[in-house]
Amino acid sequence: MGKPRVAFFDFACCEGCQIEMTNYGAEPFLELLNHVDIVEFREAMTETTTEPIDIAFIEGSFTRECDRERLEQIRERAKIVIAYGQCATTGGINALKNHQTDYKQFVYGTDSDMPHLDSQEAKGVDAAIKVDYYAWGCPVNKYEVLQIVQHLLHGKEPVIPNYPVCVECKRRETVCRYHEGDHCMGMVARAGCDAPCPAAGIPCEACRGFIDDPNIPALEKVLVEQAGFTPERAAEKGRMFTANALEAAK
Amino acid sequence: MTSTAHIDVHHLTRVEGHGNIVVNVSDGAIEKCEWQVPEAPRFFESMVRGRHYSEVARITSRICGICAVGHTLASVKATETALGIEISEQSWKLREILKHAENADSHVLHAYILVAPDLAGAPSVFPLVETMPEVVACALRLKRLCHEWGSLIGGRTTHPTMVVPGGMASVPTTKELAELKDKLIAAVPDLQATLETVKALAPNVPAFDRPTEYIGLANDENYGLYDGEISSILPDGTQQRYPVADYKLVTNEFVVAQSTAKYTKNKTDSYAAGALARFNNNYDKLVPEAKEAAEALGLAPICTNPYMNTVAQVVEVVHSVYDSLRIIDELLETGVELEPLAEPTRYGKGANSVEVPRGILFHEYEYDADGICQGGNCIIPTNQNHNNIQHDFNALVPELLEADKSEEEMELALSMLVRAYDPCISCSTHALDVKFVR
Repeated sequence: MGKPRVAFFDFACCEGCQIEMTNYGAEPFLELLNHVDIVEFREAMTETTTEPIDIAFIEGSFTRECDRERLEQIRERAKIVIAYGQCATTGGINALKNHQTDYKQFVYGTDSDMPHLDSQEAKGVDAAIKVDYYAWGCPVNKYEVLQIVQHLLHGKEPVIPNYPVCVECKRRETVCRYHEGDHCMGMVARAGCDAPCPAAGIPCEACRGFIDDPNIPALEKVLVEQAGFTPERAAEKGRMFTANALEAAK
Repeated sequence: MTSTAHIDVHHLTRVEGHGNIVVNVSDGAIEKCEWQVPEAPRFFESMVRGRHYSEVARITSRICGICAVGHTLASVKATETALGIEISEQSWKLREILKHAENADSHVLHAYILVAPDLAGAPSVFPLVETMPEVVACALRLKRLCHEWGSLIGGRTTHPTMVVPGGMASVPTTKELAELKDKLIAAVPDLQATLETVKALAPNVPAFDRPTEYIGLANDENYGLYDGEISSILPDGTQQRYPVADYKLVTNEFVVAQSTAKYTKNKTDSYAAGALARFNNNYDKLVPEAKEAAEALGLAPICTNPYMNTVAQVVEVVHSVYDSLRIIDELLETGVELEPLAEPTRYGKGANSVEVPRGILFHEYEYDADGICQGGNCIIPTNQNHNNIQHDFNALVPELLEADKSEEEMELALSMLVRAYDPCISCSTHALDVKFVR
């Protein structure tokens, strides 16, 4: 049996999660190539394939109806589909425009009716096709991605945290941002990043999305009472990388 | 002479984002010759409305995964201008090192992974793992080094976390800086090997000259990656500077009748931004090691071959390594301490700029009295190069036809030309042009 065939595809995104693949260094990356064949990866290679794919990584949001067909074709060819990065898992930062009605006019003015500027609500790719696994994060945690691939190659289910970032802050003994007079969304944010941001003196913006069933009223209460936010700003805070989940939770 | 050619490259590979090349030549007449950009628009300038100033750079960083450091720095600098914030000398130096790391990081990626396969006659870097294993290993080592270099200062390289309005949220220890210095020095053999590789492949760089205007940041102190005034240089050496606040007078975004793209132009029909534009504007400010590298690679100002942009990038990698070593030494001398962030002194409107790997980048924001963003404007380098690429196409296609090139050879030459600009199409806040008339 040949090596599993892996491919990367991109939709509306910054392609930074694909770039993370180049940041492993020589040994880990060349070792990865001993176990999989990368058969399509437009940002890095001219080769393409029409053959079946074992693992398809899909990066970017589903923002245009015209992209549905391409997504369906990928799904048909792929045994396993992984939503790769926050744009693909939930719509990510692109969803920050979803609550606005005038975004096209604001950016493109009188040109905004042109058909190629079409853009609907930004959603995760699972709004168009079935997704088997989710690699969260803006950007992805490249070591978690390796773990997901390792698990799949061994026929195991990848283990993805569904507890809040606060757990990881406690584990690495980081002083809480609220104790520093700042704010943070770590209590509703999905862990798995090892909480680097609070440790570096900045708030968690929940770039891996919310945990399942986030307690949004509690988040807003803490933002108002502990961080001194106005109720309006507290209500908007959770939109950053999690606009779709915030709307769903309301 | 070739009289018929139909080239239709849909979603050009080995560039960041999505672009198409369409050329139709019938009976010797060029009916169509276009560089098109069908990237999905993402509306960042609208997204930042209503967000607090501390959040804005975290949003606009996501415009681009390759130049996320540059977008973060441009965004934070523009916010600092709008809020009347002056950062400390230490923050300034750390950000300069970070800027160097990004430039080197992106250039290594571009030269080795995106361009080298063309020069080595391969469709991607993956076949080279077998045929040129040492070159690929060297590329991956350098890429990793740049990632560690940027991550030490910025927290990470894809969407850095530590650069915030008012300074740096976190700073490296002097021990960590000394370790970075050691790593950079240890990478010198890989830099040498890179120069040798480029030198060996350089004869495969196509010969094509089209003089144009070159625009980049410049200042009197250094090569002007992190800060400076807007500088223009014409092929005859005429140089002029403009304040960054006047960026709209230089970029002059406009819509042309046959296209929906926003183009930019200043003195000539189009202008170029990027490594070659910086090299042409700031050659004198390169460190001696980078000047030696340029000489070894046959690059001298004012170079008007756009394919040489990749060679200029490699020269800049050398510059960034050695200039970072100089700044690190200064910081090791003074020591590094975590400083409180400088606070806003006013709330208003402000524009600022940095050089990102692909050229000069402008961000501008306006804030209300609560520090809430009212709107933004970003003018990205690929957008500024778009018009220049089209003008290159217009000059190159007749040359290729004249030289009796086959369709395949023409397609490769045009693809390589686009790749030489290292376009970053996801940065598509303005770079939009689609015409699918066949």
